[in-house]
Amino acid sequence: MSTMWAATPSEQLMRMATRAAGRRRSATRRRLPLYIGLAMLVLAVAAAVLAPVLVSQSPTTIDVLHPLAPPLTPGHALGTDQFGRDVLARILYGARIDLAIAFGATIVTLVGGTIIGLVAGYLGGRIDSVLMRLVDLFFAFPFLVLIIAIVAMLGPSILNMFVAIWITSWVAYARIMRAQAVVAKRQQYVLAARALGYGRLRIMFRHILPNTASAVIIFSMVDAVGNIILAASLGFLGLGAQPPSPEWGTMISEGQNYLLTSWWLATMPGLAVVFVGIAFSLVGDGLADLLRTGER
Amino acid sequence: MNAETTATVPEPAAGGDVLLRVENLVKYFPVQSSAFFRRDREYVHAVDGVSLEVRQGQTLGLVGETGCGKSTLARCILRLYNITSGRITFDGRDISKLSARQMRPLRREMQMIFQDPYGSLNPRRRVGSIIGDPFAIHKTATGQERKRKVQEVMELVGLNPEHFNRFPAEFSGGQRQRIGVARALAFRPKLIVCDEPVSALDVSIQAQIINLLADLQSELGLTYLFIAHDLSVVRHVSNKVAVMYLGQVTELAPVDDLWAHPRHPYTDALLSAVPVPDPDKAGQRERIILAGDVPSPISPPSGCRFHPRCPKAAPTCVEKDPVLEPRLGDAADHLAACHFPVEDGEDISKSRPTISADERVIESGLLGSA
Repeated sequence: MSTMWAATPSEQLMRMATRAAGRRRSATRRRLPLYIGLAMLVLAVAAAVLAPVLVSQSPTTIDVLHPLAPPLTPGHALGTDQFGRDVLARILYGARIDLAIAFGATIVTLVGGTIIGLVAGYLGGRIDSVLMRLVDLFFAFPFLVLIIAIVAMLGPSILNMFVAIWITSWVAYARIMRAQAVVAKRQQYVLAARALGYGRLRIMFRHILPNTASAVIIFSMVDAVGNIILAASLGFLGLGAQPPSPEWGTMISEGQNYLLTSWWLATMPGLAVVFVGIAFSLVGDGLADLLRTGER
Repeated sequence: MNAETTATVPEPAAGGDVLLRVENLVKYFPVQSSAFFRRDREYVHAVDGVSLEVRQGQTLGLVGETGCGKSTLARCILRLYNITSGRITFDGRDISKLSARQMRPLRREMQMIFQDPYGSLNPRRRVGSIIGDPFAIHKTATGQERKRKVQEVMELVGLNPEHFNRFPAEFSGGQRQRIGVARALAFRPKLIVCDEPVSALDVSIQAQIINLLADLQSELGLTYLFIAHDLSVVRHVSNKVAVMYLGQVTELAPVDDLWAHPRHPYTDALLSAVPVPDPDKAGQRERIILAGDVPSPISPPSGCRFHPRCPKAAPTCVEKDPVLEPRLGDAADHLAACHFPVEDGEDISKSRPTISADERVIESGLLGSA
């Protein structure tokens, strides 16, 4: 401290400037996982969108003359499968399906579960009891079994897989959000809002939600990874995307018969799952840091 | 907190009209029991039969220990909680059973200032919205008119009107409390319930906020229900003071009367605990140290609720609930709920209860050593 007093104003300015720069640098470093994750996601989405530009082959064109070509074969960077279809093309086109699941299934359950949890937590009473018992009911079943049962009932297709995820996955969001809302509704700013005569909807969506949404948003990133794996699992079990459509899980499933002789059939789409999974995890981590640190 | 601002507290115009009357207010909270199918639920007796009234333009101070039900009472009065029984009359209208929708127009006339200047402002709303949203919701002002009103009230409470676009995090504790005051004032309400508005603030800031409240009162003719546990603050701002203990009012009197002639031993003990700035005088006087802790409000003591800790406790106190009425020939506005009120000049620190410890009806294990 004593040196602080001795410092001339310009020295102090310098010190403040370096400290500010240090803070800025450390902020960037702290957000590095977020940026990397976002970059990976953008890359994945771009690959899915630009698939026709990136590869000339169609993902479903069968070439019986060149089955099971290994990676780095001219014209087939990642080789071909048992029907001679280009693995790279199938992975890129497959990204369309798998990313659609990651975003589509997750956003619907995020929004739906959050609203249900918010209403249950804020209103409490009988509405809360009914909704939360419903949540308990869903949690009581093994998750995958429940989804498989629903898909099996509706018939295997991508749309039905979406429906099954929508029906079951909101419960986690509802429970997280309810816990947050129960805490938030005892905050003095909520009491103040009530004392000012604000309506329930306004209090829930304008006052409680903005202060509590971080938890469900972060969870949704983890859930997006889970949904890709779920889609892959259902595809693997033959309940998701149906052949010949190029979905990663289905590809892994088909490739397992050739695992010992043609490893790339299952490994390449597996790596794609891992890539997107890591991307979402990094974004989730980064968002957690970002939303936790600042009020802004 | 100087002598000058005391003068700004308006003297009762021989008692204005009663703005707020609370009669026999009771609020019980059910206790969540872990037992699954238990039907006989227990209740926290947070407020148990409180009656008081606040006159137009005056300040009623409400003091008591933490957990005695002050804040619950305040929230019941504003109907933020539904009351268990009793009656609240505001401006001649019974509001104790109004629905949330019916209460809405009345919200403009009764407002609240909260204790915690950090928790009471939504961190994600700008100051302009915090103060200005009420205008939008009650459709009383829009657009430029609204902005003008917001800035007007910001100026009134001593905030820079240019700062309406900032977030609460950009203000200090005292400034945040000013925002809270501005929000409560936006509609120029008749009654403001101040729930410990200064206890979370620095002492120097406390004086600023108290003087602000006093100035606003004289300027706008506000009526306050002022809750605090700091007796010197209450003495400074109040015309009358109600002392609460375990959900009940134990003594209610004009402020000077209460300080001069405390009748309830609890009041006496509270007053003896107020720090005196003069060390010579501080050394001379006797502090009354109460034994034990506040008993559980789930099963409050029988008779007088203060008897387990009272130095003057006698068998009557265990059996009979004392009535809140004038004692020892006091004026009609000095009420105390005590069978054995403190005489003028009596030193109750020398008193010993005439009942033994095991006769005191309290929850076991709660009577610790002081």
